[in-house]
Amino acid sequence: MKEEIIIAGFGGQGVLSMGKILAYSGIMQDQEVTWMPSYGPEMRGGTANVTVILSDDRISSPIVHEFDTAIILNQQSLDKFEAAVKSGGLLLYDPNGITAPPTRTDVSIFTVAATEEAAKMGNAKVFNMLVLGAFLKAKPIVQLENVVKGLQKSLPERAHHLIPMNEQAILRGMEIVERRASA
Amino acid sequence: MSELRLMKGNEVVAEAAIRCGCDAYFGYPITPQSEVMETLMELQPWETSGMVVLQAESETASINMVYGAASAGKRVMTSSSSPGISLMAEGLSYLAGAELPCLVVDVSRGGPGLGTIQPSQADYFMATKGGGHGDFHLIVLAPASVQEMHDFVFLAFDLAFKYRNPAMILADGVIGQMMEKVQLHAPLPRRTDEEIARSSGSWAVTGKRNRRRNIITSVELDPAVHEKFNQKLQAKYAAIREQEVRYEELLCSDAEYLIAAYGISARIGQKAVELLRAEGVKAGLFRPITLFPFPAKEIAARAAQLKGILCVELSAGQMVEDVRLSVGNRLPVAHFGRNGGVIHSPSEVVEAMKKMIND
Amino acid sequence: MMEEIVKPENLVYAKSKLLTDAPMHYCPGCSHGTVHKILAELIGELGIQDKSVGIAPVGCAVMLYNYLDIDWVEAAHGRAPAVATGLKRTNPNLHIFAYQGDGDLAAIGTAEIIHACNRGENITIVFINNGIYGMTGGQMAPTTLLGMKTATSPQGRKADLNGYPFKVSEMMAQLSGVSYVTRQAVHTPSAVRQTKKALKKAFEKAYAGKGTSFVEVVATCSSGWKLSPTEANRWMAENMLPFYPLGEIKDI
Repeated sequence: MKEEIIIAGFGGQGVLSMGKILAYSGIMQDQEVTWMPSYGPEMRGGTANVTVILSDDRISSPIVHEFDTAIILNQQSLDKFEAAVKSGGLLLYDPNGITAPPTRTDVSIFTVAATEEAAKMGNAKVFNMLVLGAFLKAKPIVQLENVVKGLQKSLPERAHHLIPMNEQAILRGMEIVERRASA
Repeated sequence: MSELRLMKGNEVVAEAAIRCGCDAYFGYPITPQSEVMETLMELQPWETSGMVVLQAESETASINMVYGAASAGKRVMTSSSSPGISLMAEGLSYLAGAELPCLVVDVSRGGPGLGTIQPSQADYFMATKGGGHGDFHLIVLAPASVQEMHDFVFLAFDLAFKYRNPAMILADGVIGQMMEKVQLHAPLPRRTDEEIARSSGSWAVTGKRNRRRNIITSVELDPAVHEKFNQKLQAKYAAIREQEVRYEELLCSDAEYLIAAYGISARIGQKAVELLRAEGVKAGLFRPITLFPFPAKEIAARAAQLKGILCVELSAGQMVEDVRLSVGNRLPVAHFGRNGGVIHSPSEVVEAMKKMIND
Repeated sequence: MMEEIVKPENLVYAKSKLLTDAPMHYCPGCSHGTVHKILAELIGELGIQDKSVGIAPVGCAVMLYNYLDIDWVEAAHGRAPAVATGLKRTNPNLHIFAYQGDGDLAAIGTAEIIHACNRGENITIVFINNGIYGMTGGQMAPTTLLGMKTATSPQGRKADLNGYPFKVSEMMAQLSGVSYVTRQAVHTPSAVRQTKKALKKAFEKAYAGKGTSFVEVVATCSSGWKLSPTEANRWMAENMLPFYPLGEIKDI
């Protein structure tokens, strides 16, 4: 098994930490992982993206230009990465702020209204876990128990009391994800 | 299992430094490697192992603090990125001239000048050909994974002390910034003053006690004496060339075409080899791990079976010169590389290889 | 006759045991030799030969390590305070002192000296200020007086072209990390005694962890100044000392 994923959105949306939790989840099920962020000035409020690869075998390049999955959290990232999803791959996006939705017909497209749901829950911080839940429902590449273990490893001890809340958000994300009918 | 972590290359340098019994780190912030010092400051090793961590006023000061601590036989290191390494060129020359062991990590970025903070491998010449005035070499290790970033901190110190010579880990922005799974070494204690006196007492300045005085210097005004010293340095580099070459070969046994690449380019090159093999091209990857000493004999040994070598670097072509020197005119050697912070894709490398095959 | 006089009980002066037998390379009248002798005596008297490491500069004193029988590190031009920092931070039980001239400390090494002093490194800085670059052949230094002729200010130093002479000690005294600043000279026997006292205090305070000690010695360079040794001493007293007055500047 090998899954090459791009997660892209605004800085502050938890793009990098979602990728990190996904990578740690992979380690928890004995996989090889790489996590490669964009870095530099764009980290400070501009667009941010991270490439995460999970694989049963040694990973060659941590930098790839075609992805099995794209998780897209703003219009700029959709413009940039829609074409980079492999044919037959998966594109998951939050419709909030999306004015020009994806037009690809050779990929599976899912939506998750995570911004709206996080607002309803009154907790913007669980936004990225809603998205992660949506992704894992659409493509269950890691088991939930390994995600929880990944959370334990990637969060500092002082934040461990937040793990149940994050787990609930992941479960909620699994509920609200929708498969878009193919065009 | 507790020692298995997901870490950035930069973070793991800090963790490995503490675990290998490093005595001191002196550094100055510069992207893309500031996490090294940030992680050390977070971990506060002065409370546990007793390791000193100090933010200097410049890279010039950092490398000279390294020179000072190294003079006393301490395991000492710094890290920086390309423009900072330029500032350290003076200090590196003095360290080599005074035969002092130390570790310098270069998480290189695009140049020249202020350039870009994005990844690059354009520091190859600076790292392997001396990187300062005078006839000298650093021992240069090129990690291609976060695990190697960890392992080479240990290896670099071992080699630096074995040869009393500065060692460099030449990484790039990708290796520094990306996270991978890493198995951490169990912590080793720092050497005691008695151990330092035993192993480095013949040269280290620890206070003159029951011995003749030790002097750390690189100045010698008598040309005849200084030529002898230079010959001694060259003999040391010859021994390093003889004994310390490290490299990795992937799918080389039946290869007709070789991708020669180090660091992140080797990872991208490996992917390109996978793609080329899928298309029926007998491609292999030759990855120098030591850039100085360069695996010249080892790559030349493959020449007879090959139809061409493609050197893939994030530069305008630097290591390719060493590959050409290694194999001479026996076969075509081409270069492919992006620069200025742009990273080549595996498919671009595949195309470059096909172009070489067809030319 | 001689045998009757040369007896241990008649000894009034002896070469310090810490001074090696290497002939010094300094010009006649140079202040460096005198300051070296003071350091040798002081380290001997304090009994710290086995835990002292000196940092030699680039400049005329580059060969300083040939003359004092302690461990030495030769630093790159201007970098001695950084080298001293690295040594002292990793070897807090050693006495570390850096010996620097005016070009080394006040021109190329300005950043290193300011930051070492500002951090309050527990080291002693010995700053030899003769207002000229001796080793490279008498060029202008940051501390060269206005109107003073050097190889690179042959018409005399002009403020509009070269800026003003640099009062380094006064500047260092402003830094919170510095506990002791004094300006001394070695042109008379009493000045030599004062300098030795100042250096003793400097070493003791730095070793006690009070912060940086900074001892400036206003010095002569008869070759660079193109004066005889006695003329140089007189010229220094008449021209250098009014601008660089001797005495304690800071002691906390």
